[in-house]
Amino acid sequence: MKEPKDTRVVVGMSGGVDSSVAALLLKEQGYDVVGIFMKNWDDTDENGVCTATEDYEDVIRVCNQLDIPYYAVNFEKQYWDKVFTYFLDEYKAGRTPNPDVMCNKEIKFKAFMEHAMSLGADYLATGHYARVRENEGVYEMLRGVDDNKDQTYFLNQLDQNALSKTMFPLGDIPKPEVREIALRNGLATAKKKDSTGICFIGERNFKEFLSEYLPAQPGKMQTLSGEVKGEHDGLMYYTLGQRQGLGIGGAGDPWFVVGKNIQDNILYVGQGFDHEALYSEALVATEVNWTTGKAPEEPFTCTAKFRYRQKDSSVTVYPLSEDQVKVVFDARERAITPGQAVVFYDGDVCLGGATIDEVEKNNQPMSHVG
Amino acid sequence: MEAIYLDHAATTPVHEEVIEAMIPVYREVFGNPSSIHQHGRKARQILDEARRNIASVLGANEKEIIFTSGGTEADNLAIFGVTENTGKSHIITTSIEHHAVLHTMQELEKQGWEVTYVDPEPDGAVDPEKIEAALREDTVLVSVMMVNNETGVKQPVERIADILEDHTAYFHSDAVQALGIEDIDVKTMNVDLMAFSGHKISGPKGIGFLYATEGIPLKSRTFGGEQERKRRAGTENVQAVKGLEKAVQLLKDNKQERVEEYSKYKTLFLETLNDQEVPYQVNGMNAVASIVNLSFSDMNVETMLTNFDLEKVSASSGSACTAGSVEPSHVLSAMFPEEPERMTNSIRFSFGAANDEANVKEAAMRVAAIYTRLNK
Repeated sequence: MKEPKDTRVVVGMSGGVDSSVAALLLKEQGYDVVGIFMKNWDDTDENGVCTATEDYEDVIRVCNQLDIPYYAVNFEKQYWDKVFTYFLDEYKAGRTPNPDVMCNKEIKFKAFMEHAMSLGADYLATGHYARVRENEGVYEMLRGVDDNKDQTYFLNQLDQNALSKTMFPLGDIPKPEVREIALRNGLATAKKKDSTGICFIGERNFKEFLSEYLPAQPGKMQTLSGEVKGEHDGLMYYTLGQRQGLGIGGAGDPWFVVGKNIQDNILYVGQGFDHEALYSEALVATEVNWTTGKAPEEPFTCTAKFRYRQKDSSVTVYPLSEDQVKVVFDARERAITPGQAVVFYDGDVCLGGATIDEVEKNNQPMSHVG
Repeated sequence: MEAIYLDHAATTPVHEEVIEAMIPVYREVFGNPSSIHQHGRKARQILDEARRNIASVLGANEKEIIFTSGGTEADNLAIFGVTENTGKSHIITTSIEHHAVLHTMQELEKQGWEVTYVDPEPDGAVDPEKIEAALREDTVLVSVMMVNNETGVKQPVERIADILEDHTAYFHSDAVQALGIEDIDVKTMNVDLMAFSGHKISGPKGIGFLYATEGIPLKSRTFGGEQERKRRAGTENVQAVKGLEKAVQLLKDNKQERVEEYSKYKTLFLETLNDQEVPYQVNGMNAVASIVNLSFSDMNVETMLTNFDLEKVSASSGSACTAGSVEPSHVLSAMFPEEPERMTNSIRFSFGAANDEANVKEAAMRVAAIYTRLNK
């Protein structure tokens, strides 16, 4: 193992407080730290204002405070090809994609990592809340100690190659303490608001954004038994279990999205948060990644998350092929959504994850889910 | 590891004699040149002397020198200054100008002016005949830079001046990169306006000047006091003017040797790359001694520049940076519309006062080592 001073660590810096503190901690530990800002999306508005420019300004200010070199790299093309195209394709298919998972897989821990390595870096560090632990030559990814902020859900596609060269300096620290460190050190980004939502959409209206790229096809909104309840604006604007924006009035329980029929452009709705049609017992997922690089051959039990920030659920995983698993839930689950990730855990260790393709009940695919 | 500076086209180290010349002014001369008392007169003396000396180096008379905050302001003053009070009609410039000119032209377009942007030839120079062909009866201004800042390619400014001899259009030239490297005599060159900068010639930052031929109607862009004969309001930066004067005088003293020196550096740099079997193409022909722009096929400019910097070699690329990412160079895209890869694999190296043979050679070795490593 090299001395920290001989170990070059490239920190992916977004201009936010987390990556700022990640850089600060590495610098304090004596590493040869290089800050790099990634520009993945151009959102320059009619006034020439671009959030990337503002964010990079923050990166510059923090790096100058830390006295580390800073650079920027442009991955707009790769991001468009690998992340945004996927994002649109999934919406076109009526699914609910997770661009953050894809961005980590294809951009941050692939293209960006290659860039870092081409600069002679030994490691790539980010401000994610996760941990890496080496265990007899195997790199394991662990949840961040701050349960509230743990980001392994988004990192489920990382493999051994990526993990062996990754540092997560914030993994052991609760988020409030990260803010405190930033404040104590007077970092320029100490009071900056955390970014929310999908990075390329930012604060904008999601529906408006999507309509700029995909033609919306309004259609019927009906119950599973065929009763028409109104019009929908386009299937892509709705996700399973959603309550807002349906505009169905009348007596009784509120209405929820319970399914989609892509072929006939129908949005299925049902009454009540706990509508039966929202509940499933198993799922089939593809694009499976095992973070340890070792694919299990036998069925096993573990816990899983089907959405970010959800509590873990107990499941049994049945490997179907190298790229496909069936996941059977101990207790039925509400609103499992195709396109989202299912992520597996053994205690704190994130075993990997996959993309939800099909949802099942009574061993039958739930066709109304899409 | 020694830090090696190969970015003199961006800015230059301040010459020791320039610093020496400025210090006593900072210490002793604090008066406002517009004041009528002795403190003011002392400052005014320095301004007058500097103006006279700078004018004489360029073959101008002292009334024709307007001090500005730098090259950008000089370009702005020239272009807006002669177009302000005329009817909105036609201007000719090139697509390879510095943004100080290009963005000013774009601003005029928004105000209703028609601007023709003449593209360069693949060798990086503008064809004077294309300027001539673009001329119209209502052309008010022609603006062509003397030396391109990205490629170093010399532009046919004198031939364009000849073409304009019988035309009423004013001729402006941004000479920021030419000063000190090229011979400049404003009278024999027959230009009406010419912009210069201090920090590109080992002078201080924040000072430059515009040559404006006597009698040219030039409207001020700043409003306030009556400094610079009402063409540039604001208290003069007396200390910087003193430094600028020194820098301009130093240029004249050993120009020939200096240019030969830079020429030698460029040759040494390229020969070292050749010896190390680094393939490259030179972007542009007939460049000034101090600048060379190289295209490295299959390389990425961001990766290269970052690596250079981490190995302590300072160079640059393109001209505009958005969020730190290098935007494709407008100069190279105008020169090579069919070869977009040149825009993302080209780097400018520019030689000057911070160099000697040893560090130029060392820089080339580092560049070669990085190229070889990245090319694996």
